[in-house]
Amino acid sequence: MLKDVLKVLENDARTTTKQIATMTGTSAAEVTKLIKQAEKDRIILKYKTVVNWDRVEDEQVWALIEVKVTPEPEAGFDSIAERVSQFHQVRSVYLASGTYDLLMVVVGKSEHIIADFVSENLAHIEGVQGTVTHFVLKRYKDDGEILEGGEGVKRQPVIL
Amino acid sequence: MSAKQTGHSPRKQKLISRRVNRLSPSGIRKFFDLLASMEEVISLGVGEPDYATPWHISEAAVQSLEKGYTMYTSNSGIPELRQETSRYLKETYGVDYEPFGEILITVGVSEALDLSMRAIINPGDEVIMPDPHYVAYDSCVILAGGEPVMVPTSQENNFEVNAADIEAKISEKTKAILIGYPANPTGAVMSRDKLLAIADVAKRHHLLVISDEIYARLVYGVEHTCFASLPGVRDNTILLGGFSKAYAMTGWRVGYAAAPRDIITAMTKIHQYTIMSAPTMAQVAAIEALKSGEPSVQEMVEDYNRRRMIIVKGLRDIGLTCFEPRGAFYAFPCITSTGLTSEEFSEQLLLEEKVAVVPGSAFGDYGEGYVRCCYATSLADIEEALSRMKRFVHKYRK
Repeated sequence: MLKDVLKVLENDARTTTKQIATMTGTSAAEVTKLIKQAEKDRIILKYKTVVNWDRVEDEQVWALIEVKVTPEPEAGFDSIAERVSQFHQVRSVYLASGTYDLLMVVVGKSEHIIADFVSENLAHIEGVQGTVTHFVLKRYKDDGEILEGGEGVKRQPVIL
Repeated sequence: MSAKQTGHSPRKQKLISRRVNRLSPSGIRKFFDLLASMEEVISLGVGEPDYATPWHISEAAVQSLEKGYTMYTSNSGIPELRQETSRYLKETYGVDYEPFGEILITVGVSEALDLSMRAIINPGDEVIMPDPHYVAYDSCVILAGGEPVMVPTSQENNFEVNAADIEAKISEKTKAILIGYPANPTGAVMSRDKLLAIADVAKRHHLLVISDEIYARLVYGVEHTCFASLPGVRDNTILLGGFSKAYAMTGWRVGYAAAPRDIITAMTKIHQYTIMSAPTMAQVAAIEALKSGEPSVQEMVEDYNRRRMIIVKGLRDIGLTCFEPRGAFYAFPCITSTGLTSEEFSEQLLLEEKVAVVPGSAFGDYGEGYVRCCYATSLADIEEALSRMKRFVHKYRK
């Protein structure tokens, strides 16, 4: 039941508990209880909106930053990863296999600000061996949503 | 749709064949012409998935074009597609059809239905079918020179067709029984027991059964019974299936018929002279659908189910009786409490509230008093349509 509720919310966080109750064939009280518990268990972390900022004429620069890290004897990659996660500019942090260790998504108002973040904040952290910054030129799909041209095709009137 | 005499001008009557003159333009068509002239209409009218085809399926077709697969296929369809269809039917329903000789790939179930009728009907042969039913059923029988014979079904019986009612309609001219469950327009499904009873009637009277199972995968909380899987019926059954509804592939136009060899051979004759072969790239896409489309099907079914729950409850909350549809993606509420006929209801609802539904009468005389609401549309649209319908129903209710 919890999975059913989560699937609905993941797709549309504005679905009301009453709607979810109807969809899943249960009571609104039961849905509320499940959601409360899921929030408490940090299964549901937050309710957010997928915004296409490019359409708001709000300058925003995205960068993917590869970080090579010396793992710590006890904590491995975790303590550095947790530390860089604290920066508000950092949108995502992943531990990845391959030629680098951490992959970060960083968002800032300009390339200059992101460059500052890399040289002043990131590079100074002990254990960070090196970084490679890729500025995002265009976002096509984010959080599972196609940003432009995703309006879909209009159905033709047909007989069936 | 009831096939009525519609030709009035002398020229039309002379020029156009009597069979075609007998067909009335689909009752749905009229509404879509009206709909096309209006803006901001919420449509619960079109009976097709609101998804685009899962991308991996489309991608397979794109790749096939890049590789140059642009020629005809074998008349019966790409061998691999027939093999995959055979495997799929075996694994899903436990029915055995030999890929080479007992399966024909067609241009959707629409073609397969037409071929079935033309392959078996002699002039005047009768084909028994439930009423209401999908708009093409009676027309295909008439075009093939047969006579459709209606068996009423009703909300009280969950729109399941009774074997006894079928038997009562059997005459010496009866050739076949045509059923389509899960059903368009009602969303009804048939229990295994009821299908067994029909199988028994068919056997005793030596009738063919054509089972249109295009909606087989869209069932909610029940299991679909494939008619051909019932004991002892395979030799007298034509199973029709396709990809349009389960895999959101309506525009690809690909489906199949599975039947004993002599029937498929007969159908293939017509197919090779009129169609040649189903579209090549669509067949390639269908192979991909059968091989790896299962997760997408399940995801879509779960999603349809959520919307089904919302629309059925919503219609009932408005005060319309609505039996619980367990299949396809239609709800079929009864609108007689408004004092309007289903055509009046649909037309007024469209003009006054800009919501498109399809009058039940388009699907046969016994669809009168109902409207078909397709819930394969966004949840937001369903909710908005429901609130508009509520206003409308409360205005007219006696």
